[in-house]
Amino acid sequence: MGMTMTQKILAAHAGLDYVSEGQLISAKLDLVLGNDITTPVAVNEFEKAGFDKVFNKDSIAIVLDHFVPNKDIKAAEQSKTCRQFANCQCISHFYDVGKMGIEHALLPEQGVVTAGDCVIGADSHTCTYGALGAFSTGVGSTDMAAGMATGMAWFKVPSAIRFNLTGKLPYNCSGKDVILSIIGNIGVDGALYKSMEFSGDGVQNLSIDDRLCICNMAIEAGAKNGIFPVDEITQAYMTNRCERKPVVFEADKDAKYDKVYEIDLSKIKPTVSCPHLPENTRNAEELHDITIDQVVIGSCTNGRMEDMEAAYKILNGKTVAQNTRCIIIPATMQIYRDCIERGYVTAFIDAGAVVSTPTCGPCLGGYMGILAAGERCVSTTNRNFVGRMGHTESEVYLSSPFTAAASALTGFITEYKEVQ
Amino acid sequence: MNTQGKVFKYKDNVDTDVIIPARYLNTPVAAELALHCMEDIDKDFVKNVKEGDLIVAGWNFGCGSSREHAPLVIKTCGVSCVIAKSFARIFYRNAINIGLPILECEEAAEEISAGDEVSVNFDTGEINNKTTGKIYTAQPFPPFIQNIIKKGGLLASLKEADNE
Repeated sequence: MGMTMTQKILAAHAGLDYVSEGQLISAKLDLVLGNDITTPVAVNEFEKAGFDKVFNKDSIAIVLDHFVPNKDIKAAEQSKTCRQFANCQCISHFYDVGKMGIEHALLPEQGVVTAGDCVIGADSHTCTYGALGAFSTGVGSTDMAAGMATGMAWFKVPSAIRFNLTGKLPYNCSGKDVILSIIGNIGVDGALYKSMEFSGDGVQNLSIDDRLCICNMAIEAGAKNGIFPVDEITQAYMTNRCERKPVVFEADKDAKYDKVYEIDLSKIKPTVSCPHLPENTRNAEELHDITIDQVVIGSCTNGRMEDMEAAYKILNGKTVAQNTRCIIIPATMQIYRDCIERGYVTAFIDAGAVVSTPTCGPCLGGYMGILAAGERCVSTTNRNFVGRMGHTESEVYLSSPFTAAASALTGFITEYKEVQ
Repeated sequence: MNTQGKVFKYKDNVDTDVIIPARYLNTPVAAELALHCMEDIDKDFVKNVKEGDLIVAGWNFGCGSSREHAPLVIKTCGVSCVIAKSFARIFYRNAINIGLPILECEEAAEEISAGDEVSVNFDTGEINNKTTGKIYTAQPFPPFIQNIIKKGGLLASLKEADNE
């Protein structure tokens, strides 16, 4: 029996010709990642266990992004722990304020991850890099510590669900609408312990930003990883960008899947996840009675250039509704700079929005847009759990940048075509 | 190894944001974090939980973030075992890596009620509801994972392998 794309990458990194579902393996890691929240715990574990040197200073990435620029003294202490460790271990991929970005937007952009990689990251959205044809998955700080010490991690080889994509998305939808509707369909544990493998003719109609967004939220369906095949679009993105040579893996023709879903992209509608689970999806057009207090456009899910373009297209020359705060957070310094050069930042400010330096900030209720009791936010982020963005009685509605920007103009949940 | 305690019962999809809200993650100190364990869904949990008590929950316990702080605060509060219908995969991994015992058992998770007195035998996977007298058997861990637990967590097991 054949192997899935994920199984082939895992087999290659375990030095095996063949792996099968459920098999426990030890795999070589191409990259180990941590952020300002998870790295301090990992550093403590690393040192406590008596390790003094990382396995390879070039294969570790530490990105300060959750609470930086430091939101308070305690956050500053955590950043300091990361900085000292990175300097002491001569970590080459250490991203501090001025160079940083939201990790899952930054690492692909900077070419630190590439096709065929096996990556672990102490951040659940590490599954994002599957968009480039890599196996990447979120782990905890202890796994990060062990990965930094040994360059290896243990995995249980996952089975897979296949999503066969056909057609092309309507102009008012993006990758976000695809993944939200999938999660609405299969549920927040619909892919628990499994790979979500995307395939089909429709893949060629999805940009890299769309694919990164789709893989980013695989964890919201419980998946171990999400993965796209490598095509010309991926190759073009990786050329002159990736530090290491991409290695292309393909699923075997006779690979076994637990289930196959057929998804016609042309049938996707602007989708919103209502509180308090990403699986509570509705069509945006059914939610006009939901008035909002805040809009957030940003995060590792939707803070990339295409997301900024979507926001610009809708907000340029318009005005954010009264009593609605609109917070726009480009995910990396490069995107921030591009937004300035293209005049987006001026347009956003003129529309009445604020534009922040890159940070995860409000997505996880850290800072830069915390909600009060009873407040509602339409957000392009990835989770809408109780208290995720602030008070336990606040509400987060997840959407695409199109729907978020359109909602900022009206003050209630609105889809793109209604504000054109 | 055995444990016995009173049960705190929760529903499906208990996420890491309610186990330990991110607004407190500006510190890695477990004792400090543990003061806020479960507070967004159960304000009295920290006040009422005693050493050895158990958490019993539904499907997909620990979904969401990869924060290892989540199993860590549960363990720091004195919880001796979490029984659920299923666990989110990163939480599952983290619990093993830091030495918080967890068991998957659909029937036990369905039938055990809040406040029940329950004992667990980790060697056999036997869950005994002393309040109702019903006994359940959870799936044992594969030997590979049992070894990590026996050695006291992932890093301790690696260190031992290193010295051999």
